[in-house]
Amino acid sequence: MNRIDRWFLEHAAPAFTGFTVAGDPDPEASVRVARTLVDAGVDILELGMPFSDPVADGPVIQRADQRALAAGTTPDAVFAIARALRADAGVPIVLLTYCNLVLNRGIGQFYRDAREAGIDGVLIVDMPVEESDGVREAARAAGIAPIFLVAPTTSAARQDGIIARASGFLYLVSVLGVTGTRNRVAEETLAFIRQMRSRTALPLAVGFGISEPEHVASCCEAGADAVIVGSAIVAIIERHLGDEEEMMAALSAYIATMRAATGEAPR
Amino acid sequence: MDSSPRFGHFGGRYVPETLMEALLELEGAFARAQADVAFQRSLSSILTEYAGRPTPLTFCTNTSRNLGCKVYLKREDLLHGGAHKLNNTLGQALLAQYMGKTRLIAETGAGQHGVATAIAGAVLGIPVDVYMGATDIARQGLNVDRMALLGARVIPVHSGSRTLKDAVNEALRDWVASVGDTHYVLGSIVGPHPFPVMVRTFQSIIGEEAREQCLHKEGCLPDVILACVGGGSNAMGIFHRFIGDPVRLIGVEAGGEGLHTGRHGASLCAGTEGVLHGALSYLLQDAAGQIADTHSIAAGLDYPGVGPELSHLTHTGRIEAAAVTDSEALEAFGYLSRMEGIIPALESSHAIAYAMRLAGQLGPDDIMVINLSGRGDKDVGEAALRGGVSG
Ligand SMILES: Cc1ncc(COP(=O)(O)O)c(C=O)c1O
Repeated sequence: MNRIDRWFLEHAAPAFTGFTVAGDPDPEASVRVARTLVDAGVDILELGMPFSDPVADGPVIQRADQRALAAGTTPDAVFAIARALRADAGVPIVLLTYCNLVLNRGIGQFYRDAREAGIDGVLIVDMPVEESDGVREAARAAGIAPIFLVAPTTSAARQDGIIARASGFLYLVSVLGVTGTRNRVAEETLAFIRQMRSRTALPLAVGFGISEPEHVASCCEAGADAVIVGSAIVAIIERHLGDEEEMMAALSAYIATMRAATGEAPR
Repeated sequence: MDSSPRFGHFGGRYVPETLMEALLELEGAFARAQADVAFQRSLSSILTEYAGRPTPLTFCTNTSRNLGCKVYLKREDLLHGGAHKLNNTLGQALLAQYMGKTRLIAETGAGQHGVATAIAGAVLGIPVDVYMGATDIARQGLNVDRMALLGARVIPVHSGSRTLKDAVNEALRDWVASVGDTHYVLGSIVGPHPFPVMVRTFQSIIGEEAREQCLHKEGCLPDVILACVGGGSNAMGIFHRFIGDPVRLIGVEAGGEGLHTGRHGASLCAGTEGVLHGALSYLLQDAAGQIADTHSIAAGLDYPGVGPELSHLTHTGRIEAAAVTDSEALEAFGYLSRMEGIIPALESSHAIAYAMRLAGQLGPDDIMVINLSGRGDKDVGEAALRGGVSG
């Protein structure tokens, strides 16, 4: 069974999902960052594959992509980072990437390499389900969950189409906009979570803009099975670029606080 | 959940989920507007009464004598705003109104598309925000001032290479957040479906007029048509009506400092297939799929991708792709200015430069039509800096 499916089967409480750009600030340090996240309590790890033109990302993750690329992080290096993490952790790993990096490698090759690296799910941010026949087939063949986004703008008809084609979990985009931290979780977001909860049994992971413990708690209360935190983690890395010890301490403290906010209440 | 219509295997709709419904809404509205007599009448009226269509097909006496074949220019430089871009922005701004959108955003490279969007927004009373790379702001100062004067807000883009590609990224990011009330006026035949079809449809009037004008003046079709290619909108605009005709169609790309140097913008000549800004097309990328930095003296051609329809027609061989260097374009810039008293945009100068090269293969009765996509006032300063103005 895929590690993502098993995680949701075996755990009653919501998953705290932490994101970091693989290769930020450089490939070796990035492995230490990811290990710190896992040791501090991240239930599911999301790794971003740095891309030159990340149109769905805000300035914080754009800069992380640039740092990673400048440090020589290729897709090969990203798979190597995942492999290094898989060697000593059982945590589910989800890869976030952009379409061109997948097509450039060849769809089949990309998914075979992902499986070999111990990756459990792949989300291609700029590939809607309509264009995804090829990647879903390759994902199935490799035993990797094809993860898809559902946005607040997604119509009911397309929600159904996505639900029918996704596995692992549904990634609910909590805001209209790119990645980046926001002050609060809007009432519409909570309504969106409740509405999706009524439509599917797939686990619901909520992301984009979540940065505070209160955000985590309110999403979980509304029925989220997982919360995803990205930019806030990446911003901590950026703030401590010169001092790795401080960076790791700050990451651990932040993850512990956020993790606690998921509560241990059953989903 | 059908996949979107394509040109061969090129095109598609590779966008973040948040934009999907907006693209489907746009596709539906565009189809309705195409069939709506009232919409077509207002578009046609604003193009003639306001924008100045039809533009002339000018016979160039001096150039024809000098090059040894019949040379015509399709004068999009005479369209209001100074480039072909207004054909598209008036169409899209009217469509935005038709859909009830209350704000326009655009990207711009040379500033011509930004100016054309600012013009359309001003005349139709819709506020406009234009994203422009910091590098382009520095080299296209005149157009930055024109946009401000026309009431648009110019937002500098400091990410990536700070040119056209990054301006598109930033406009897409804005649109993801503002999709409810905002229409993104994409400036070329690139991007996700339906943009490539829609922009080409609005630009096809160039070729429709040119075909009729050539038949009227010469009694026959031209032998060859040339156009510069950035994203490809002026090229597909003039080519489209001639696709079924026995006419050579040549798209001329930015050769920059030479294709062998890697510093160029020639995606048809030197690119490989990939996805950028929502469509599968030829593009310039490294071995791992990161988008390459490009270079051209012409800001409007300084782009690593090209439209999916042009990619397909080049792939099938119907359209020929060529490239000329910065210095050849600069020479053509001066040549046309002196020969005909017409200062071409540096973008359009690429088509002229290739025409000068091609003329050797043509005879005195052969007819060549060059799409003069824009006027070069915006480029005089840049050309002077590079020694392209004197003698
Ligand atoms: C005068 C002119 N010609 C050509 C172009 C290139 O665009 P396209 O290839 O879409 O015609 C531009 C773009 O800014 C332009 O300003």
